[in-house]
Amino acid sequence: MFDLRSTARMLKFDEKADRVVPPTGFTARLTLFSAFAMSFLAVFALALSLAAGRVADRWGEELAQSSTLRISAPAGEVATQTEAALRVLRTTPGIIDARALSTEEQRALLAPWFGSDLPIEDLPLPQLIDIIETDEGYDAAGLRLRLAAEAPAAVLDDHARWRRPLIDAAGRLRLLGWASILLIATATGAMVTLAANAALAANAQVIAVLRLVGAKDTYIASAFVRRFALRALTGAAFGTLTGIVALFLIPAGSDTTGFLTDLSIQGWGWVWVILIPPLSGLVAFFATRFAAGRVLEDLA
Amino acid sequence: MIELENVAYSYGGGELLTDMSLSVPPGSFHFLTGPSGSGKTTFLKLCYGALQATAGHVRLFDRDVRGLGRDDVALLRRKIGVVHQDCQFLDHLPVTENVALPLTVSGQDADGADANLKELLAWVGLTSRADALPPELSGGERQRAALARAVIMSPDVILADEPTGNIDWEMSQRLLTLLVELNRMGKTILVATHDLGLIRAAKAQVQTRVLRISNRRLQMAGADL
Repeated sequence: MFDLRSTARMLKFDEKADRVVPPTGFTARLTLFSAFAMSFLAVFALALSLAAGRVADRWGEELAQSSTLRISAPAGEVATQTEAALRVLRTTPGIIDARALSTEEQRALLAPWFGSDLPIEDLPLPQLIDIIETDEGYDAAGLRLRLAAEAPAAVLDDHARWRRPLIDAAGRLRLLGWASILLIATATGAMVTLAANAALAANAQVIAVLRLVGAKDTYIASAFVRRFALRALTGAAFGTLTGIVALFLIPAGSDTTGFLTDLSIQGWGWVWVILIPPLSGLVAFFATRFAAGRVLEDLA
Repeated sequence: MIELENVAYSYGGGELLTDMSLSVPPGSFHFLTGPSGSGKTTFLKLCYGALQATAGHVRLFDRDVRGLGRDDVALLRRKIGVVHQDCQFLDHLPVTENVALPLTVSGQDADGADANLKELLAWVGLTSRADALPPELSGGERQRAALARAVIMSPDVILADEPTGNIDWEMSQRLLTLLVELNRMGKTILVATHDLGLIRAAKAQVQTRVLRISNRRLQMAGADL
């Protein structure tokens, strides 16, 4: 059962008590390395999760209240059909504004693929109309029927068809990031438990001596628990720091370059990053405490 | 102080000790003898709670060991100093810290501890070896360091398991002198040994009672001892 008092006692620094356990090179290095590697991975999992969250939010917020109308008509009819479509749109309940994109705006949309010097005037491109909706939105089926009658070359794209799977994917990616962090924490706990088991088994003689002179189990466990928690904390601090540096080394992108270059920590996300080392230490603390309890029970 | 009532101890299906009863009064000096493998070490371990009797009752300081948790046994052990044949030290710590270990684990190593420690090391003749590591000590020095560790908490009882097993005659006489001194200070001493010379030398200095384990049972030793 969880005992708050003995847990607090275990956390209390006691130099002499810590010295009773001999330094063990192998388990020390294993714990340090595990905590380092796991924290490094945790930083990336966290960055992935936070970036996926941002993308999902952005797509959800920015695109939810907008639609696009495409006029694909022969060159002579584009202006007429555009006018007709705009008339329909401006009289449709649930639409705040409807605006035909200028040639410059259409060029800017194509610039990432074809460059900024594209002779757009010479291409048979459809005219795009940007629609801004109210929070309640409009009746898409009714609008399509009206457009079919008054501007037959107009095709309504309410973004739902491609937006929903993207938001779902981003949401799952965010979940995957958090699941990875949970797995990383579990794996850290498992590795520290193994290392602590090895250290405790290797120090069976030390434990026998301590018991001979009247040491309580809490005292013996504390010496191991503090050591492993400190090692995990140190390894995790270095791992987190290295992870942050690696994140900064990813080339920064503009708004248009997308998800990969957005793999960074922003705002409140830093709080989670700062929490990685102490959480690693805490995982190591409880893992070692669990291992110590079991080994001391077996050796009794 | 230490009481055994119809105590038996079994291990691996065989009974090692059977129907043992004993009362060790305060201030007494007992020897426990018997051939190798007769169960002297097991008997001592029952006396300081390192093993639990499989039958009967062991009472330490009027408390039945059977009903005690491990922490309670640890607290009782602080009243009992134990000297093992193989001494059992923490090899990475110097003699001083090994001797002070009972104080360290009980959180008593504060004011005045250093002075007591120096006095104790002088008493067992280890002042010059205070900073040595246990593997650097001779057999006799290890035994004396173990005795110093056993008495640093000023326990009421001192149990010694073959304390002269690995040391020469001269050193064993020195160790006996220390044990006799402790007994004269009112400490209860129980020594397991097959060294009859040690028992005879002790009988010449203090009143002792000699017990023998024979055929898994505890008996009073004959007049030849």
